Amino acid sequence: MIDQKPPNKIVHHATPGIAEVQFVLGIETSCDETAAAVVSGSNNVLSSVISSQVDLHARYGGVVPEVASRAHVEMLTPVIAQAVVEAGLNDGDIQAVAATAGPGLIGALLVGVSAAKSLALIWDVPFVAVNHLEAHLYSSFLEEPDLELPMVILLVSGGHTLLVLMEAFGKYRLIGQTLDDAAGEAFDKVARFMDLGYPGGPVIDHLAITGNPVAVAFPRPMHDDGYDFSFSGLKTAVINHMRKNPNSDVADVAASFQEAVVDVLIHKARKAAQQFGAKGLCLSGGVAANSLLRERLLNVCNEDSIRGFLPSRSMCTDNAAMVAAVGWHRLHLDGPSPLDSGADPNLALPLLT
Amino acid sequence: MLILGIESATQQVGCALGGHEGVLASAHSARGRRHAEAIAPQVQFVAQQARVELQDVSCVAVDLGPGLYTGLRVGISSAMAIAYALGVPMIGVSSLDLLAFAVRHTNRLIVAAIDARRSELFYACYRQVPGGIQRITKAQVGTPHDLATELSAANEEKLLVGDGARRYCEDFDRLQKTEIAEQGLAHPSASSLVQLAHARALREEFVKPWELKPIYLRMPDADINWNTHNS
Ligand SMILES: [Zn+2]
Repeated sequence: MIDQKPPNKIVHHATPGIAEVQFVLGIETSCDETAAAVVSGSNNVLSSVISSQVDLHARYGGVVPEVASRAHVEMLTPVIAQAVVEAGLNDGDIQAVAATAGPGLIGALLVGVSAAKSLALIWDVPFVAVNHLEAHLYSSFLEEPDLELPMVILLVSGGHTLLVLMEAFGKYRLIGQTLDDAAGEAFDKVARFMDLGYPGGPVIDHLAITGNPVAVAFPRPMHDDGYDFSFSGLKTAVINHMRKNPNSDVADVAASFQEAVVDVLIHKARKAAQQFGAKGLCLSGGVAANSLLRERLLNVCNEDSIRGFLPSRSMCTDNAAMVAAVGWHRLHLDGPSPLDSGADPNLALPLLT
Repeated sequence: MLILGIESATQQVGCALGGHEGVLASAHSARGRRHAEAIAPQVQFVAQQARVELQDVSCVAVDLGPGLYTGLRVGISSAMAIAYALGVPMIGVSSLDLLAFAVRHTNRLIVAAIDARRSELFYACYRQVPGGIQRITKAQVGTPHDLATELSAANEEKLLVGDGARRYCEDFDRLQKTEIAEQGLAHPSASSLVQLAHARALREEFVKPWELKPIYLRMPDADINWNTHNS
């Protein structure tokens, strides 16, 4: 039996002006991670809770939107409660609620946005809609607030492949992007074709350790052709190679494929950093957990005497701390988002023109 | 006891506030797929209309479905967050129960049928009992033809209610002794939700926010495919 009146009514602190807002609750449900976090100010992470659905989607070899949305509804409230508790705060201490409003799976995004607006309404604090890509771009600053700008950021995940020049918070120039598959998508598709399991990134990364990266000379699509990427042809090349040579060593194929992807990514990121006079180069997104990509990035940064920064693996993948921190910035920059705002599966990154 | 009800299982989305004095305020809108935009402003609006503080809400009721999945989840996710933020318990009610409750004063067989898209319906049958209604068949998903076949066996007066009954009225017109309830009753209402939840609240049938489970009645498509591939 539950008491009709809750034992501890929430103590409402006087709503502070936006300038004084410090504790922001962030919510992230754009894809297959249900996450909530509390951040104090622009980069002090007090808690970051992630409930991964990767096991739910593994048997399908990819994220199934309806499965993701169902899991978000089930997990979100406990994840939020845990984030507040782990932050050492009470509900009444939260001064703003931020949520990813796009881009992402629409049904999944709406679960998080709806919950965030409801919390903001009841706690009488501002709601802030956050762009998921901006959150990824900012994620390095949560672990290294003193990174010097401008900086080139390579955002590589299952859904995105972007090369961005960040001049200041909120000031981004798009240098290049994928014309077809995202980098992480190429890893997943190749892994699925080779029957290696899901998600493809970690299994290929692991298998490649024992393989020869120059065993198969896979193409480097658009290597010297501007800053855009294309991975669809490379994926097809791997599939064709496996069909023609069914007995080839899978570790060699995995290593050669990974080598081709990383070669193109690093080549373009390095060229961009040189051309735009960036002080540093950093990674973000799920593919940023790839060990070869991490190693190569540090190598080229050393050679070019610029700062190379690798966020921790848990900061690379989807999390709500980056959402809360961007929420804090956006609240101070633009003010709150209206309570009748929705989600946008194709929300674009705000770019300098 | 002040109950906030949130209902978003069909094209319509609604909120209501009430308790033992009955429904104090309600709002409904039928803007199609814009539930996520509508709910928070609606909750604010009904609180103003009812002249109550949201802090005084002591229970959050929500329509658990079945219904259109994305809209349904928006309502459930909002309701769970509100209950969590207020630190109050919840009551979940089926959308089919809500449709039947609105026509509880008939002594005919009540058939609640919600449009499930893909040429299917979510449906269940009810009978009037003292003080309300009682569900007498399991809630299920099936084609209008399935339901019509089931009903053709029942030689009694029937009242069909819901947007599914109206959409596929041609399938039911040939049945004997059958009437389809008017458009005004075609969607579950947040007012019915608050009334039904009040009766359950008196019996203390509360759950915690994270104990609520939406009623889908279908597996995700990927599961259906996966099971057929692997069987
Ligand atoms: Zn992401």
